Amino acid sequence: MSEPAIRVEGLSKCYQLGAIGRHTLVDEMQHLWCKIRGRDPSAVMGKVFSSAVSQRSDKEFWALKDVSFEVRAGEVLGVIGGNGAGKSTLLKILSRITEPTAGGATIRGRVGSLLEVGTGFHPELTGRENVFMNGTILGMKRREVAAKFDEIVAFSGIEKFIDTPVKRYSSGMYVRLAFAVAAHLEPEILVVDEVLAVGDAEFQKRCLGKMGEVANAGRTVLFVSHNMAAVRRLCSNCLWLIDGKVARTGDVSVVEEYLHASHEGALAVGGRVDRVEKEHMVLSEIELVNGNGGRTNRVNMGEGIGLRMVVCSKVDMPVASIQFALFDESGNRIAALHSQFTHLESLSLKKGTPVEVRATIASMNLNSGNYFVNLGVSDLVLKGNSFLLEKVLSFEVVPRDVHGVNVTPQKDAVVFFPVQWEFSGCDV
Amino acid sequence: MVTEIRAGQPWWKINVRELVEYRDLLMLLVKRDLTAVYKQTILGPLWFVIQPLVTTVVFTVIFGTVAQIDVGEVPHFVFYMSGLVFWNYFAGILNHGAGSLISNSNVLKKVYFPRLIIPISGVITQLAHLGLNFLTFLGFYVWYLWQGAGLEPNRWLLLLPALVLQCALMGLGFGLWVSSLTIKYRDLKFALPFLIQLWMYATPIVYPAALVVTPLYRKILWLNPMTAVVEFGRHGFTGQGSVYLGGLALSWGVTLFMLVSGLLLFNRVQRTFVDTL
Repeated sequence: MSEPAIRVEGLSKCYQLGAIGRHTLVDEMQHLWCKIRGRDPSAVMGKVFSSAVSQRSDKEFWALKDVSFEVRAGEVLGVIGGNGAGKSTLLKILSRITEPTAGGATIRGRVGSLLEVGTGFHPELTGRENVFMNGTILGMKRREVAAKFDEIVAFSGIEKFIDTPVKRYSSGMYVRLAFAVAAHLEPEILVVDEVLAVGDAEFQKRCLGKMGEVANAGRTVLFVSHNMAAVRRLCSNCLWLIDGKVARTGDVSVVEEYLHASHEGALAVGGRVDRVEKEHMVLSEIELVNGNGGRTNRVNMGEGIGLRMVVCSKVDMPVASIQFALFDESGNRIAALHSQFTHLESLSLKKGTPVEVRATIASMNLNSGNYFVNLGVSDLVLKGNSFLLEKVLSFEVVPRDVHGVNVTPQKDAVVFFPVQWEFSGCDV
Repeated sequence: MVTEIRAGQPWWKINVRELVEYRDLLMLLVKRDLTAVYKQTILGPLWFVIQPLVTTVVFTVIFGTVAQIDVGEVPHFVFYMSGLVFWNYFAGILNHGAGSLISNSNVLKKVYFPRLIIPISGVITQLAHLGLNFLTFLGFYVWYLWQGAGLEPNRWLLLLPALVLQCALMGLGFGLWVSSLTIKYRDLKFALPFLIQLWMYATPIVYPAALVVTPLYRKILWLNPMTAVVEFGRHGFTGQGSVYLGGLALSWGVTLFMLVSGLLLFNRVQRTFVDTL
């Protein structure tokens, strides 16, 4: 077997947290002056600028720590992991946007990295000029762009406007042209971020289709995504990052493990939270309650369910809003229940007074599967007081014979609606 | 093609081959900068003629007529414009280079290409502007020559290409420095425009170098690397102005030092600057 297309060895990246260095020349001069006089600058300056300056250097954050893996030529590797796991940092380093702090990588073949579509588009330039600009920025030669130009324009479907400045384009046209260029980039190794997350559903479908094409053409792809369905569909292998370290590598079954783990990671699997305390808020109870008022973590399709919680704000919030957001297991946001939709300016939280909140969903119109709940409490006046807990609850929607025909509906979409069919002019 | 990504690359390693590979991008950046600016303007590139022209007129009125600075036999218009042509080229490159990392950060955060391409593209873009300025200047110059004004073009004119090159390298060198430092100290972004303004007055553009007689001030004047460029250039065209070879040598020394150190500093900074943006 030949050398791997990508070999990553001991890759680490460290960021400084808090104030990065001294922000102004004045600070720097003061720092220098302290050094010249042989005093400890941080001690002296700490007195002057109490917070920002003195806290530096000891606060390091390792976005990636000793990451090693290999990608064989022709392999499609999905990189998964929660927020802050180091996926983007890995991409940035492999795309050479920034340098690692330690370790390295060897990439064999021409790399094309897509962290965004339409990088370098200039609003004043025409579509034609921007195609050349964007193509060369992404690493193509001018004549390569020229050779593919007609194809790119045809793919974007905006032939008529190709000589119009892109500032006059609709956002849809803009993205289509930008993606058309990206799609015609033909590197041996493709490094892709969730560029696919932008644009409408139709566009996303096209992107995924194109990705599949690239993968099937035997090219090496490194794909970073939150979209588990896409990873499962496109990737042959998976790399799962937790806190900048490789948690697992393997085939797509890693996706299932990851999903399972994040389900476990929910603060309360239907059960009761002990107590979560944040800067401005204490959450003492949160649970799902069924029609009888009992605690549960399972909901039958189409039946009602209640979310109950007790929070206590540590500050006065004259205009508050409570939000529950529902996510499916791939992390797609399904629904948002905001109290301000119905109680704008009428909900206020008093400092130190526990509040019981109950949100009742009359009918759970979701298909079977696992779902998560994020909880948010916001101060609509002082945004800084806001409070967000991710995955505060998880629950399962259980399939049920909702139509009373002894058949439980198959899951082929997220949302379901009870439907009444009527037919005329045919045999039923 | 093998790409090696390693931590702690030596700071003196500049990948020249890669720069050559990206020459298409370089030319497109130049084209973009040249065309995008003129879009939706009526006068288009003429603005690059009008601006120095108006500045020259203002200088002629204020420094020539009102302040009556003695510029010798040379027509005021030719005197001021000959200095401005060089100065504008230098200041243009410096300005462009200084912003190359910060103002392109949106692109640089998303895609890699040799970052040196950006300041280099400024040198070429400004060369086009210099061409326009120079043609305008030549127009006036030839007219005055024909009118029989006291202009004596001489052999020092042969130095012209070297002076232009020197402007380019000096502008690039200082631009790389400022651009690298601005990543850490945003103060420079605010200080630069008026530093350039001050620097212009410290360069013999609105006055001849010969007018500075105090030995100390004279030393300071010739320590300014732009002084030699402007004085030698003006001398070649008009026969007036000082031909001080020591000053020219010093100026070249400063230019090369700033260029090399600027390149190295920029090369070091560009590797991880996105982390601090």
